[in-house]
Amino acid sequence: MNIERLVTMANDISHYFAADPDHAAGAASIADHLKRFWEPGMRKQIVAHLAAGGEGLEPLAKLGVERLAELDRKSAQATHS
Amino acid sequence: MLSIVEIDRGTPLVKSDKMVVLEIDGRNISVPEGTSVMRAASQAGISIPKLCATDMLEAFGSCRLCLVEIDGRKGYPASCTTPVTEGMKVSTQTPKLAEIRRGVMELYISDHPLDCLTCPANGHCELQDMAGVVGLREVRYGYDGENHVFAKTKQGETNPHFVAKDESNPYFTFDPSKCIVCSRCVRACDEVQGTFALTIQGRGFESKVSASQDNRFLDSECVSCGACVQACPTATLSEKSLIDRGQAEHSVVTTCAYCGVGCSFRAEMKGEEIVRMVPNKDGHANHGHSCVKGRFAIGYATHPDRINTPMIRKKISDPWRIVSWDEAIAYVASEFKRLQSAFGKFSVGGITSSRCTNEETYLVQKLVRAGFGNNNVDTCARVCHSPTGYGLKATLGESAGTQDFDSIEQTDVVLVIGANPTDAHPVFGSQMKQRLRAGAKLIVVDPRRIDLVRTPHIMADYHLKLRPGTNVALLNTLAHVIVTEGLVDEAFVAARCEPEAFNKWRTFVAQDKYSPENMEAETGVPAASVRAAARLYATGGNAAIYYGLGVTEHSQGSTAVMGIANLAMATGNIGREGVGVNPLRGQNNVQGSCDMGSFPHEFPGYRHVGDAAVRGSFEAAWGVPLHDEPGLRIPNMFEAAIDGSFRGLYIEGEDIAQSDPNTQHVTAALQAMECVVVQDLFLNETAKFAHVFLPGCSFLEKDGTFTNAERRISRVRKVMEPKAGYADWEVTQLLANAMGYPMQYKHPSEIMDEIARLTPTFHGVSFEKIDQLGSIQWPCNEEHPNGTPVMHVDEFVRGKGRFMLTEYVPTSEKVNAVHPLILTTGRILSQYNVGAQTRRTANVMWHDEDRLEIHPHDAEERGIKDEDWAGVESRAGQTVLRARISERMQPGVVYTTFHFPGSGANVITTENSDWATNCPEYKVTAVQVTRVNQPSEWQKRYQAFSEEQQSLLEQSLDAAETP
Repeated sequence: MNIERLVTMANDISHYFAADPDHAAGAASIADHLKRFWEPGMRKQIVAHLAAGGEGLEPLAKLGVERLAELDRKSAQATHS
Repeated sequence: MLSIVEIDRGTPLVKSDKMVVLEIDGRNISVPEGTSVMRAASQAGISIPKLCATDMLEAFGSCRLCLVEIDGRKGYPASCTTPVTEGMKVSTQTPKLAEIRRGVMELYISDHPLDCLTCPANGHCELQDMAGVVGLREVRYGYDGENHVFAKTKQGETNPHFVAKDESNPYFTFDPSKCIVCSRCVRACDEVQGTFALTIQGRGFESKVSASQDNRFLDSECVSCGACVQACPTATLSEKSLIDRGQAEHSVVTTCAYCGVGCSFRAEMKGEEIVRMVPNKDGHANHGHSCVKGRFAIGYATHPDRINTPMIRKKISDPWRIVSWDEAIAYVASEFKRLQSAFGKFSVGGITSSRCTNEETYLVQKLVRAGFGNNNVDTCARVCHSPTGYGLKATLGESAGTQDFDSIEQTDVVLVIGANPTDAHPVFGSQMKQRLRAGAKLIVVDPRRIDLVRTPHIMADYHLKLRPGTNVALLNTLAHVIVTEGLVDEAFVAARCEPEAFNKWRTFVAQDKYSPENMEAETGVPAASVRAAARLYATGGNAAIYYGLGVTEHSQGSTAVMGIANLAMATGNIGREGVGVNPLRGQNNVQGSCDMGSFPHEFPGYRHVGDAAVRGSFEAAWGVPLHDEPGLRIPNMFEAAIDGSFRGLYIEGEDIAQSDPNTQHVTAALQAMECVVVQDLFLNETAKFAHVFLPGCSFLEKDGTFTNAERRISRVRKVMEPKAGYADWEVTQLLANAMGYPMQYKHPSEIMDEIARLTPTFHGVSFEKIDQLGSIQWPCNEEHPNGTPVMHVDEFVRGKGRFMLTEYVPTSEKVNAVHPLILTTGRILSQYNVGAQTRRTANVMWHDEDRLEIHPHDAEERGIKDEDWAGVESRAGQTVLRARISERMQPGVVYTTFHFPGSGANVITTENSDWATNCPEYKVTAVQVTRVNQPSEWQKRYQAFSEEQQSLLEQSLDAAETP
């Protein structure tokens, strides 16, 4: 999917959660939101994009996608174990 | 003319705890205090003759036919205006009364045409009935005197009292020669519709009904709701369809397929032909009222444009091949299977529609989840109310409005944000107007001066005319005032809401940056008005918020919905009658399509696909393993299609090529797919890009249920056979079976039974129960066996209410030198959504093209005059519309509707969307407007493509007809 569109969408989400004074909580909420509402292929793509430098992703969105990568890794392990 | 089956008790139902016992014609009856003698008699089974009285209207006491005698009282009081008293003894039939009544009727008939046999009201005319009831045998005055009946006098001179029939309205005629001046039409326009288009002009014998300033109906302020036609006791106001077809012989109760008000109607039928639609007095959402769409605009259902045969084609440049149902279904199944084996399980999906029934929607999502084996299902609520689902779930715990419509009767302060009820939800708009006229205060938050702001006997206390895109900023300023001026309902918040979240929110909105003064430059709303409006909302008694797509269709749609819920919680305006958060849903079944699990991330009842217990219950019931990850949303489907990973789409009752933003992007996505299946009534814009067309059926051709904006589930009943042989739910079932996933429903009631089994909020719902109760508001289960008019009463659905932070993030869609104006979109009373239905009715007489509304200053700067062609250009595209200069707009903001595909309103709108749900930002697009003299390039291409598709269709249909 068009990665620029996904980046914009991730940034939009991060703008909402930026209101939370606790940044770690904000990042966790972003990850949770992505996990709950984004189709897995889109999640994979944004995680890969971050791994490749994450061009265009704003700092809080980056943190959120990082946390998402962890969440997805964990659930993948849970399914395999 | 009243419905052929309803009983008219003469005066409205009165509610009172105190009962009064009286005697009428020797019969004892007990009725609520305040009831009229006429109504009490009717309840005792005694009909008192009447003409000017009807139970939809307050008593008027003008016809003098309903006189009675009461023991101990002098004279002959009118039973309609006389309230009952304890122990009263009433006689309705005495020799004296008979004489008076005959005298009254004699006068009426002396000025009335005697063409009963050829009159459209024949057999159901109240005047005719009363002549019979009173035993009128002669008219001593003759018919030659002064009259309103004949165009010429006996002497051949023009009769000054005669007024010719007005046939200007496309749906009804007004024949003043038959008028008895009972004022029922005038009162219906006032008391039921609230438009005041009709009046009695003149005095005495000169008195006559006139529309506006003695205009033709079509040229008057009349909104063609039909309340006057229904109220008319004679044929003075008659439906043209009744004139054409004659009296109906049976009547079926069903639910309107237009807006989210969900009016109950009686389809009055002659065999399989509809004579007329009459709003149901027992309808819980509409109480016998309707609008021009629901009552009159049903001609689309039998329009010649309907396609009643399945068709397929390999490429969209090919003509269609007319095929049998078997072949079409087999083709779709084989294509979808081929795509799934070549491109993976996730390469196909489906779209459900808010215009379809709950049962149909449920079946499509079941087909996708269980049959296709993925969660790629979405619904058009994606582009309208998905933020409502998200925002209300996050704060209150349930994705639905909190009240019933009647709750407004207890409301003291009405706050309308981003909604235009008099146009988009007209029947509820009428109820709201009546409440405002009775004294409730009104705050309107809208960039435009909608009609409600200033309409007869209503003036908004505050119109906060904000800049488009600043809803959240404005909501935060309202919250700021409430918090900093100590207007929070502390007791409510302490008892009902999460304290930590509330404290965080309190600190957040109290920030200086959210003071009305500091936000004034951003929102454009004077700080003093914001402060005053906030005080009124917080302290004016029961305050209720009504909102629409002006809230949701923004980049911060979900944030705004949460901001609204925060306001209601902070002021304790939730959990009882008269208050609450009320999303006005656009289409008839937006609520239902969302409830039915149409969203890619949740099962019916708003439960996430990742929830193992919930998924387990569906796996057990459906007999297949289900995917535990969210699927693609509609805009994601488009992206994936352009990408090549999404290839097949089953669309039931939606027209994404017209309704979704950035048309050129949408059509590129459709063209990138290999199997687009459209199930619809017409070759709609999307079908022009389809490979398979499956004929759908109108709401008149199937059984099922719709759920309106109040969570009210009402029955849709089949009044005629499906034109193409199958109801929509049957088509989905055929497709599922062909895909190898068996479905064996024999009737939609079995589908509802399955929904009820699997969805806790629907446990108590069944067709049988809906038939019994008339309608049911969910949750309906063991705890609420008869449904739930008001939600969150003792506690919120999620337990404690949760305040959410609502940072204002300005949209990235900003005005600049290239695009200095903001375009916002909306709709109009006479048309509905993409117009596929209403464009195919006489409603085009009110609105036959989409116009660009522009403020005089902006127009003058550009040299644009009324009616000029105006080019509208955004970063997404360009289109051309005719200009309408209007001071309803604020300078800098232009507006259009999107009812006609050739207007290309969505060629202009962009891919910007709500951060949480991807609901498009339809309401804010930066544009430039210039004077032009020809259609845009897109419009020329559209025209050519459309003509080509139409000709391919006609070739195919012609070929099929020639043996």
